[in-house]
Amino acid sequence: MKRLVVVGNGMAGVACVEQILKRGHDFEISIFGDETHANYNRILLSSVLAGEKTADDIVLNDVNWYRQNGIRARLGVRVEWVDRERRIALTGDGAEEPFDKLILATGSSAFIPRIQGVDKDNVHVFRTLDDARALIAKGCKGVRAVVIGGGLLGLEAARGLQLRGCEVTVVHLMETLMERQLDPMGGAYLRRKIENLGIRVMLPAETRAVIGNGHVDGLRFASGEEIEADLVVIAAGIKPNADLARAAGLEVRRGIVVDDYLQTSDPDIFAVGECTEHRGQTFGLVAPLMEQGKVLAAAITGNRDLAFTGAAPAAKLKIMGVEIFSAGAIDEPAGVETVSYQDASLGIYKKVFLQDNRLRGVILVGDASDERRYTNWLRDETDLTPHRKHLLFPPAPADDGLEVAQMPDSEVICGCNGVNKGAIIHAIHEHGIQTLADLKEHTRAASSCGSCKRLCQQLLRAVAPEFQEETRTTLCSCVPFSYEQLRQIVRGQQLKSVQEVLNVYGNRKGCEVCKPALSYMLDMIWCGEHEEDRSARFINDRVHANIQKDGTFSVVPRMRGGVTSPEELRRIADVAEKYRVRMVKVTGSQRIDLLGVKKADLPKVWADLGMPSGQAYTKGVRMVKTCVGTDFCRFGVQDSTHAGIELERRLENLYTPHKVKMGAVGCPRNCAEATVKDIGMVGQEGSWQVVVGGAAGKSVRKADLLITVETTEQALEACELFFQYYRESANYLERTYDFAERVGIETIRKETVYAPDAVKAGLLERLQRSKAMSKDAWLERDAPIHPTQFVPLEAIGTAALSETQTV
Amino acid sequence: MTPITQVENIPLLEGRSVRVGELDLAIFNLGDRFAAIENKCPHRGGPLCDGIVSGTVVVCPLHGWRFDLNTGMPVRASAPDCVATFPARVQDGIVFVDLTARTVEQASASNGDFSPRV
Repeated sequence: MKRLVVVGNGMAGVACVEQILKRGHDFEISIFGDETHANYNRILLSSVLAGEKTADDIVLNDVNWYRQNGIRARLGVRVEWVDRERRIALTGDGAEEPFDKLILATGSSAFIPRIQGVDKDNVHVFRTLDDARALIAKGCKGVRAVVIGGGLLGLEAARGLQLRGCEVTVVHLMETLMERQLDPMGGAYLRRKIENLGIRVMLPAETRAVIGNGHVDGLRFASGEEIEADLVVIAAGIKPNADLARAAGLEVRRGIVVDDYLQTSDPDIFAVGECTEHRGQTFGLVAPLMEQGKVLAAAITGNRDLAFTGAAPAAKLKIMGVEIFSAGAIDEPAGVETVSYQDASLGIYKKVFLQDNRLRGVILVGDASDERRYTNWLRDETDLTPHRKHLLFPPAPADDGLEVAQMPDSEVICGCNGVNKGAIIHAIHEHGIQTLADLKEHTRAASSCGSCKRLCQQLLRAVAPEFQEETRTTLCSCVPFSYEQLRQIVRGQQLKSVQEVLNVYGNRKGCEVCKPALSYMLDMIWCGEHEEDRSARFINDRVHANIQKDGTFSVVPRMRGGVTSPEELRRIADVAEKYRVRMVKVTGSQRIDLLGVKKADLPKVWADLGMPSGQAYTKGVRMVKTCVGTDFCRFGVQDSTHAGIELERRLENLYTPHKVKMGAVGCPRNCAEATVKDIGMVGQEGSWQVVVGGAAGKSVRKADLLITVETTEQALEACELFFQYYRESANYLERTYDFAERVGIETIRKETVYAPDAVKAGLLERLQRSKAMSKDAWLERDAPIHPTQFVPLEAIGTAALSETQTV
Repeated sequence: MTPITQVENIPLLEGRSVRVGELDLAIFNLGDRFAAIENKCPHRGGPLCDGIVSGTVVVCPLHGWRFDLNTGMPVRASAPDCVATFPARVQDGIVFVDLTARTVEQASASNGDFSPRV
């Protein structure tokens, strides 16, 4: 068996080995990596920094993978020397590793510009998992962080640190952010988006020195200006790691020089990844490196059927809510024609660069949904004559699934890993794949940047007979982002209407699934600072009553704690008679339901009742069911009736991701069933237990104990903390019991009752703000939001019609 | 064409019902134009005027059946039947509906399987 040694355990090297395994080989493979981690997805390091993913989430090949494939992995071991004469690699621990073929996949390191004092404490680079961990440890709330470099990585690092609570400034040498990918106009649009996120941008600014005594105090610029800083991150570019190759006498310029088969100047030594230089070009983005890996795998196993002929640069910024895509050449020499579009208020800028009716380059800011079309045009050098009218906006697909159905089999779906539609379909059939996770596992599609996930899901839906949707990864196909992503987008881009979100991030139309969800999200985030769009809400929330099967409505007035009075009961009885209510029903929530009310009668019914809305028609605060507590019960040890009424008073009129039903009981006999409510207060001698996430609906679940406290006020506060946390963190239509299962009670405790005081104060403050903005929805009886909100239209032409009919 | 109502009586992307003789109509404001259909879901008679509008589709508030407001046809071969449509236009701020031109498409015409062929 021949010995193959791979120097470097990063994405490019391991992906190349995967391709070699796929081809079939007769090598004994050893991989050396100087990082101690198994192969991880370096592209997602910024997501780790941002707290969106954990280190485990980004592992691409775990230790088992090496074992199962018979690969010897030496991690944390550096190859120091390659002796070409003796065909031996020498490692840092003094071992000699003989090889027949060698692959150099040594990657790149951070380029450190000439700045005085970069050796001080708290000056970091951002290339590896360890770098990310160091930044996470130091990037605490309130830390003033400065990122030197306004390129892709610098901006992602800045956003990550900001999400950790740092005050972040980006310092950039050039006049334009991401100037290698964007023109000045695109850069200006990007700058505004970054500043909208709350990140300060300084440019052009040449950093001269890191100042401070041993550790960082600030930065000094060429202009003489200084700024204060506690933490400095250098993200000013990368340089290929080519020293090992250079010392071995291989041809090296900026990177290790390779030919179209990834062969170096020594025919037994190959190189792949960011350490290479091919036809004068070096690489920093993943897609061409995956392509290189395939070609190398072919060449090293004796096949010359593939060749690497270079790759057009393509870059995508991974900051939620800031969509940037750039590909190809974006300069404008003579003969290059440009077509552009901009909408400053939506923050959208698109520009295409054409030469001889073919795409030469493209810039997309604010809306990169169309990225794939341009990638294909670039790769295929498509003649764009027939597409001239649709250069900036694609013609609308007739149907969601058609987009993928119309693609040819050769079309690349996953640009990162070079997986085409044909390969995905083949894999689905061959392996009986039913989930996106399996598809990733088998094909690697959607496993890098994840932007092709939607297409992969469409394919699975179309091809896999028993496709299992992953549980609610995105809100809806109209606006294909997760709830968390959408919350960030709405906050970051200051979007204040449902239509705006749909226009910029969705299909402009929306549907009955996403519109109410977005309405709730905007309401929760902006809490009155936005314009409510009633058309985005379900009929129940347009008229504040519950629609019944015959189109009439049911009316449930609020009866706090299930306690009423003779006067109220009399009014209810009068209303029931006056409006010929078809059924009067005592509900399971200790309230009274009037069924069969016409829409036009609703305002009059509410006025005659003289009671506030019980919110029985909406995703909001339903009720607090109580027992008679200490007032009358022989066994009651806590005043559950009044505690329940107070809890209902504090939370009523607020809206929630799904309905919230609560209960308060005065002793553990639990007569009002508080332990199967969304929030429950269970009285015991001298204390209250606050329980959350209970259910007695389509599933039955005993609530989890949140905390045990002494006083009623403490118990009420614990309820409020959980209530607001649920409002902010749950997905729309996720009940507390699903939320509690998904998030886990430990996390819920840490984020609410056991959170730092500042966090708790923040939750309560936001709850108070929402509460202050809230009002009894039934007051719209006197001030309808539209003159015809409750009234059916009267046709002005009825008279005319009867005339024409008589003629 | 029969004059029905002032345009401002129907908010953007909402519907309103109006009774004309025996007929219960649902009129929708689609922004660039108005659409008129029979206010009765072919499934269980739900009031379509109360549905959420998605592009040119209305979603019945009772069970979520979807109908194209242009043709009255069910979307994605869901519902058993089409809903009747009427031509509507706006003149001088008034929505007019041609009550004589009631159209009901044949549902079977569109009842093909919409799942993409790959």
